Parts: sequence; structure tokens; C-alpha cells
Amino acid sequence: MKFGVIRFPGSCDEIDALRAAERIGEAVLLWHADRDLQGVDAVIVPGGFSYGDYLRAGAIARFAPVMEEVAEFARAGGLVLGICNGFQVLCEAHLLPGALLPNVSLKFVFRQVRLDVVEAETPFTRACAPGDRLSIPVKHTTGRFYAPEAELDRLEDAGQVVLLYASGQNPNGSVRDIAGVCNEGRNVFGLMPHPEHAVDELTASTDGLKIFESMRAHVSGLTPA
Amino acid sequence: MRARVLVRPKQGILDPQGQAVERALPALGFTGVANVHLGRLIELDVEDPARLPEMCERLLANPLIEDYEIEIARSATGQAEPEAEHVHHNAGPEAPAGTTE
Amino acid sequence: MPADAIETRSGKPRAGDQSSRHRALGLTDHEYELIVERLGRDPADVELAMLSLMWSEHCAYKHSRKLLGRLPTGGPHVLLGPGENAGAVDVGDGLAVAFKVESHNHPSAVEPFQGAATGVGGILRDVFAVGARPIAVLDSLRFGEPARSERSRYLLERAVAGIGHYGNSIGVPTVGGEIYFESSYEQNCLVNAMCLGLAPRLRLIRSAAAGPGNVLMLLGALTGRDGIGGASVLASAELGDEDEAKRPSVQIGDPFTEKKLLECCLELLDRGLLTSLQDLGAAGLTSSASEMASKGGVGIDIDTCRVPLREPGMEPFEIMISESQERMLCVVEPERVAEVMDTCERWEVLATPIGCVTGDQRLRVLRRGTVVADLPVRVLVDDCPLYDLEPIQSAIAIYEAPEPVLGEAESPAEVLLALMRSANLASRRPVFEQYDPVVQSRTVRRPDEADAAVLALPDGSAIAVAIDGNGRRVACDPRRGAAEAVFECAANLACVGAEPLGLTNCLNFGNPEKPHVAWQLTEAVEGLAEACEALGVPVVGGNVSLYNEAPGGPIFPTPVVGIVGKLPDAARAGRLGFQREGDAIALIGPFHPSPVGSELAKLQGQPPRGELPLVDHEAVRIAHDWVRNAVRSGALHSAHDVAEGGLAVALAECCVAGGTGASVEPPEGLELFGEAPGSGFVVSGPEAALAGFDVIGYVGGSELEIAGCLEVAVSELEEAREHGLDEFV
Repeated sequence: MKFGVIRFPGSCDEIDALRAAERIGEAVLLWHADRDLQGVDAVIVPGGFSYGDYLRAGAIARFAPVMEEVAEFARAGGLVLGICNGFQVLCEAHLLPGALLPNVSLKFVFRQVRLDVVEAETPFTRACAPGDRLSIPVKHTTGRFYAPEAELDRLEDAGQVVLLYASGQNPNGSVRDIAGVCNEGRNVFGLMPHPEHAVDELTASTDGLKIFESMRAHVSGLTPA
Repeated sequence: MRARVLVRPKQGILDPQGQAVERALPALGFTGVANVHLGRLIELDVEDPARLPEMCERLLANPLIEDYEIEIARSATGQAEPEAEHVHHNAGPEAPAGTTE
Repeated sequence: MPADAIETRSGKPRAGDQSSRHRALGLTDHEYELIVERLGRDPADVELAMLSLMWSEHCAYKHSRKLLGRLPTGGPHVLLGPGENAGAVDVGDGLAVAFKVESHNHPSAVEPFQGAATGVGGILRDVFAVGARPIAVLDSLRFGEPARSERSRYLLERAVAGIGHYGNSIGVPTVGGEIYFESSYEQNCLVNAMCLGLAPRLRLIRSAAAGPGNVLMLLGALTGRDGIGGASVLASAELGDEDEAKRPSVQIGDPFTEKKLLECCLELLDRGLLTSLQDLGAAGLTSSASEMASKGGVGIDIDTCRVPLREPGMEPFEIMISESQERMLCVVEPERVAEVMDTCERWEVLATPIGCVTGDQRLRVLRRGTVVADLPVRVLVDDCPLYDLEPIQSAIAIYEAPEPVLGEAESPAEVLLALMRSANLASRRPVFEQYDPVVQSRTVRRPDEADAAVLALPDGSAIAVAIDGNGRRVACDPRRGAAEAVFECAANLACVGAEPLGLTNCLNFGNPEKPHVAWQLTEAVEGLAEACEALGVPVVGGNVSLYNEAPGGPIFPTPVVGIVGKLPDAARAGRLGFQREGDAIALIGPFHPSPVGSELAKLQGQPPRGELPLVDHEAVRIAHDWVRNAVRSGALHSAHDVAEGGLAVALAECCVAGGTGASVEPPEGLELFGEAPGSGFVVSGPEAALAGFDVIGYVGGSELEIAGCLEVAVSELEEAREHGLDEFV
């Protein structure tokens, strides 16, 4: 299982994602200006402040050369995980529905939150059971998920709403407490919480590992024996 | 040509920045203020103003959550004339009920 | 001959006459005479601008340098001591930790968001300038009373937002800090930022320039007119008043640029491409180049026309003293310049050769081949006169009594709740939730989990760090109060099981030319030195911020201390909350608290006056050793030092953090709300772990019960503590 973690100018949590992925398989950094995805099985678009969040978070990163390859990779069914700023990039790139807006509080928030797994039939959550609780931290200023009402209904019906903030845990005003969504093909998944910061008992919960484990299970399930 | 693009949050989307300003003004003694929204101003020199809408759609604004308005200066001095061209973009794929097109 | 080569302003009348130019720039007549004597002539304009900054208090430490010599700086783990961009200590396994604390008080009072942000930016650069990757930030903040001052609430909110903005954006976790409110800081807020960085020992680099013929390169942001301010009297007459906007007095920080600069510099160092590295801070190019040259015993030539500018038409003096942010200076061997440029291009960092190293120990500034400044390096760096302080203890009270908030008739329970919800003791959660404490995945103890932040190292050991300062108690007794700041900080480290390796300090004081402030400063430095000697902790660097004064008088004398330490096993890092019902509780240490200078005294409207407890330094050291070893062995389940609010508040904090009550009978006659920071610990664990100590109680129940005194539900304590700062942040 080989993960590729993209590094943009301004990425902050790319090394954290790399280390988390290394607990599960092999992991390499993918430089934003290079088009070579190095044969990875899954791409991670990490957290941070790519391009300083200038203009809009993720608005400039989505046009990086590597992102053109990622779009192609996603169209062909490859796994793409977007974390926080990565989620913002994928929404800007129209690889995921919706958009991320400033937190209602207008402040940066770091908090360990409880998440509900509402959709366990995705390559990113198959190691979880429906209704599972995950304890994972959020840290962002622009994490309020938004999509128009009709689109939200459609996403819910199609099982594309994957993670919700547990009751009372919504840190940013996301509509319908949505913390993570996937695309129609279920191979692209974005979430605001940071699973790469929940992989080590020493530093807090290890619930985030389930997402990386799910991805490995999915990829090895696809590989011929 | 000198152009200005004004980007603002779509009507109907919660705008906490606008609300914060709306709350702060009366506290400073300014009454009679309502409906405050915060957006962004982008100023640029363009050779081909016809490409501005495409620039807005692709980069300068996120049409899912933002409206944009383009102002193009007509005069040689670069000042916007009273009849300067204003291009509004008001309707997205899911305009909230009650918005006029 | 330099005089012939120096371009002087032609034809135009000088702004003000010759003899007052220097005064407008902050130099005394005596200092100007010294300059003329050293140079053998009058200085040219560019030279005067450069000298006025290099000889300013901020750069030259004129009033404090002699005093700082008292601080102990040697130690077995010290790799870099005072005088470098940051101090550094060996933490084993081939690694070093570099760290320093610096103030950004005056800019924060002008524009708190950018002042605090650029304060963080500056201290980050100091750390990666020695080759260390910044791995943590802490901040020590002091403002006026939030309940009474809208301005102080504004400063608090904006400073916190600025620190969060810069630290979060650049991917360095903010892992700890402190915030205090005293009316003394109303006109002069304090924003002290500390940074620590990690480096392979072999990547640590000094700033001494070397190798005549080597190229001087400027990396990072464009140079604008930031920070030129007072020196604008030297500008040519064409720049009129409407150009005020062109001389921003507020520096805007850009963490994105600094992130790229940081990654670029670390890669350049990893690949051995740099001979030396220096950041640009106060006095910009002038101070960086001067200090690099001075340390290396060499000279430097700079051609201002090669400096990439943000503003057109900048004059050489402006270019030389600009304080534009996010810039670094490096020395590169000529055959390596191309590789350096390539690396910088990859990281989107502007890199420009702007000069070279020479053999003649002079700093020369050129403009299109013409020399506009030619100064011996030693005149800039070493010849600034150092002043002796004239300390005289004040016979009259300097500080007023605060407004009382509590009467004398409150019950102990009411007093405890009032303290828990007071601005100085309430939960800082509304603040630290605006900071990212986990990026870089090293954080083992987050804010509120333990008395110090703990960061894991690759080999399973960990670094611990805390920052502590003291104003009101130092105002009572500068020598004992300053010692307490050191003891308290070290105690915080002991509570997580860490041994202190080095200390950095920021001295925030009033006007040192006034005898009573000089006395405060002298006594405080003595107290710091004594405490450091007692604990065997060397001072590896620091900062001084003077002239923090308003018409009403100076701020509380406020030494702020940051200590970095190490613990062998990250998994055994201590926690402050009670963990287990039935655990025994003991009070450890030579703890003899008194109400003088305490939070309670403040709430009761007492002025900061009186004698602080006399402390046996050796007994304190022994207590720290015991707590540290007990935490390391895993024998203790919790450890928390007794600081503000005394034993009662410490017990309450342990209960709230642990979510459990306790039943305690304190030693007879002990002042429950009295303070003696650094000399007392509340620890809990199995009874056997506390054999030989007086067990004062047990963990359990849902109330904090202090026999004969108070019984308060933990939920009530938590409620008071959680919401104390709500209306202010």
C-alpha cells in the first residue's frame, strides 16, 4: 500500500500525514509542481495553509500541476483523501461537492471532537461500523461546510455524507453538522477533522488510524491475489 | 484597462463577518445600519476585459457561495465613468427562493 | 580617504541644524561626540542613521549589558550561549534544542494583531537562523484589567488572534503560555514570544560571517520603508507629508512567506550550502551585517542598489535600516551561489547577492559604486557606551493599591470561587483553543493537561518547556520575586518529570535611568542569578525591554523566564489532575506561603508591598529533584506546583482537571491562599509512593473538602473556572 502526500508551498500537516500513513504502508511526498504521482495507490491532500489561504482557502492550490494529475487519478477511480485544507482544495477543484466557509465564530478553533460515522460503506470508513464514534481533533478557521439545501438532500440520499459532528460537537456551524463527504464514486473523501493527529496513544486518541486502515483494506481488496 | 471585481457572499448564506460589523457599528454610535455584508475587492489591469467573467468563474470567485460584479473603467485616466460597465452575476444553479434573476 | 568618497547631501539645507540631527535620532550629545571621536570626522547621513539604531537601547543594551554579565551562562549541555541568535542545549541522541524569548511590547500597543504576529515571526527567525526547525511557540502576555478597560480587552483579543494567525499558518504549534492582567500594564502591554527549535547538533550554525570574497545574499521578502519612523528626519526634502503612508509604522507579518523561507533555509543548511546565516530584525540590514561581521572579525560591503525593493526611490539609509519582515542574510561561497539560487527558486524564495565579505573589518555601504557609508565594524557593535545603572530603592510607594473586589468577610468557599473565576486564574481555554497545539505531531501534553508542555523526541524521550513571569510579586521584592519566577518555571518542569537544561529570559521594566527602576532591575537580575545558580540552570540567551512606562509610572518590574528541559520517557510525562480515587495526597517542599503579593491580596485591594517569604534555595532544589524523580518513576499519578492562589487553588485545579474531588487537612497554620511560587507541590499517588511525607488527604468524592474550612462541589469549581474569561475573549 503506497500513499502519496502532496506538499504545496504553505502545507503544514503534510509530514504529519506522511508519518501517519507510514504506520499503515509506504508513503512518499508529492511536490506540487511535479506531475508524477509515483505510482501511489492513494493520494492525500493534507492540511495547512497552502498559498497562505490567499484569495480563498485552496483556491490557488487546486491549479497546481500535481492537482491536474490527481483529478485524472480520481476520474480513473483512484483514492483521494482531503484533510482540512485538502478538503478545501478538493471542493475548489470540484472533485467534491460543497464549499468551506469561515467558522461562525470567526475564530480559529482547535478542539478534540467526537464524530459519528454515518456511512461505513466507503473505502475510507470500511474499518468502522455504522454509528461508530471517532475522537479526532479539528483545527481551522474556515471549516463551515456549506451546500445548497437541495444538494444536501441529494448527498444524504446518495450516502455521500460520511461523517457528522456528534450532537453538540459542531465547532464551526457546518450545515447539518456535516464533517466529511465523499463524491458519487466514493473514491474521493474530504473531512475537516485531522485523522493524522489521532494515530498515536502517546499524543491522544488513535481513532484516526481507522481511516488509513480502511484505505489499505480497500486497496488490498482490489489487488489480485 | 483598469477593472475592479467586487466579490460578495451569496444572499442567503450566513455571513458572520457581516453580522459582526453590523453589531459593532451601533456600539460606536452609528444607528440606522442594516444588511451589512463583507466581500473582497480585486483590482487589475486587463488587456481583454471580455475574459473577466471567465476569470471570475474560474478563480476570482467561488460561484457556489459568492456573487461577483465587474466594473470596467472607460476613460483614459482609468477613472470609472458614471456609465462604466457593470456586469452582475447574481444567480447560481440553486438560487434561493425569492431572489429575482 | 572615506571622507572624500562619502556622498553628502548636495545643496539642500539640512532638516534642523547639524547639532540637533543626532538628537532627533535618539543619540545624546555625549554619544554623538564619541562617534565623531571614533571616526575622526562627522558621520555622513547614512552612517548617522545606522549608528543611531545600533547605539539605541534596543540594539545595544546600553543600560543592561553590564548587569546581564551577572547571569550564569555555563553548563554541561550548553551549545550556544548568549550573543547568538538563539541559545541552544544538547538534548542527547545527536540533537540540540535552540530557544529564546523576545518582547514585542511597543509594536503590540500600537497594533496588537500585527505586533504580536510579527513578534512570533521574529522569534521564529531567530531560531531557524541557528539552523533549528521551530517546533513550538509559547507566549507570555500582560494587559490591563479586562473588566474595567475596553482597550485591554481589545489588545487581548487582537494579540491572541495575531499569535494564532502567525503560528498556526506557519505550522508551528503554540503549546503553552501565560496571561496576566494588572492595571500596571494598562498603558504598556507586554507581549513576549518564545520559540524552541530542534536541530541535529551538526546543523547548528553560527552567525559569524567568514571568508573574505564570499558572497552576501539577501533572502526572502522585498524591502520597504517599514519601521523607518524617527529616522525619516534624514530623508531628502522631496518626500513630503502626504507620503506618511509610505512609511508604515506598523510592520505586517506574512507567515506564508516565512514558511517558504524557513523550509528553504533548512534545506540550504542540510545541504551544507551556507557559511553563515543571520535573520533581519530590529535595525534590519545594518544590525545583521554588523553583527555577522563583528563575530567573524571581518568586514562587509553592501550595495544598496542590488537590494530588491517594494517601494520605488528608496534612499540608501532607508534600505539599511528598514525593518521589513521575513528576510534573512547569508554568506555563501562563490562556487555555491548558483545552487543556492536554484534551491531558493524551488521554494519561491527571492534570493539576491547584495554584497560580499571583506578582510578589513569595516561595514561599507555603496550606491552605484559610490561609498555612502564607511564605518569600522567595532564602532557600530562594540564602541557604544555602556551605562552603569544608579540604583536607589524607592522610599515611597511606586504602585497604587488595586480596587478591592472582595471584602474581608467572605467565607473561604466564596474566596476560593472568586479566585477561580478571577481573570488571572480562570481557564485560558477561550485563548488556547485559538492556537494549534498539535501540528508536527510531537505534543504529548497539551495546554491544561500538565504544568509544562511536553514534546516527544524520536528516541522516546521528550522535551518539556514552560514560561513564567511575575510582576506584582517582583514589585513587592524584586530579588525574591525574580527568584520565584525561576523556581516556579523549574517547578513546572519537575511536575512533568523534566530536568531543566537552560533558561531564557525577557526583562520587562520601566525607564532604567530612573533610580528606583534601576534598583528594581539590579535586584531582579541578582534574584534571577541566585535562583539559576541554586538550581544549576544556565542562562543561554534572552532579551531586555526597557522604558515601559507611562506618565503615571513604570510597569511592575516583570522578568519573564522560559526554561527547556528533558525527560527520559515521554510516556511517563506527568499530569496535573488527580487521577484515581483513593490516592493519597501530599504537600511536598519547603513551602512557607504568605499573603504578601498574592492574588487574594490583590482581590482584597492590597498594594504590592511587603516582604516575600524567605526561601531555602537548597531545600527547593531538593524538592524539585524529588518530584522530578517520583514522576519519572511512575510512582506518582499527578503532580502540580502551588502557585497563584495558594494551596486551596492548587487543590481545586487538581480536582477540576481530574474530574474528581478530594478531602484534605492542610498543615496547621498554613495560609490556604498564601503564595510562595516554586517551593510547594501537590502530588498524588498510592500511599506507598508517599512514604516519609505527610499525607494531607485523599482523592475521592465529588467535592473539594478542606477540613474546617470549605466544602465546594467540583462542578461548582469547574463552572467558576471555565467561564471566568468568557466575557473578555
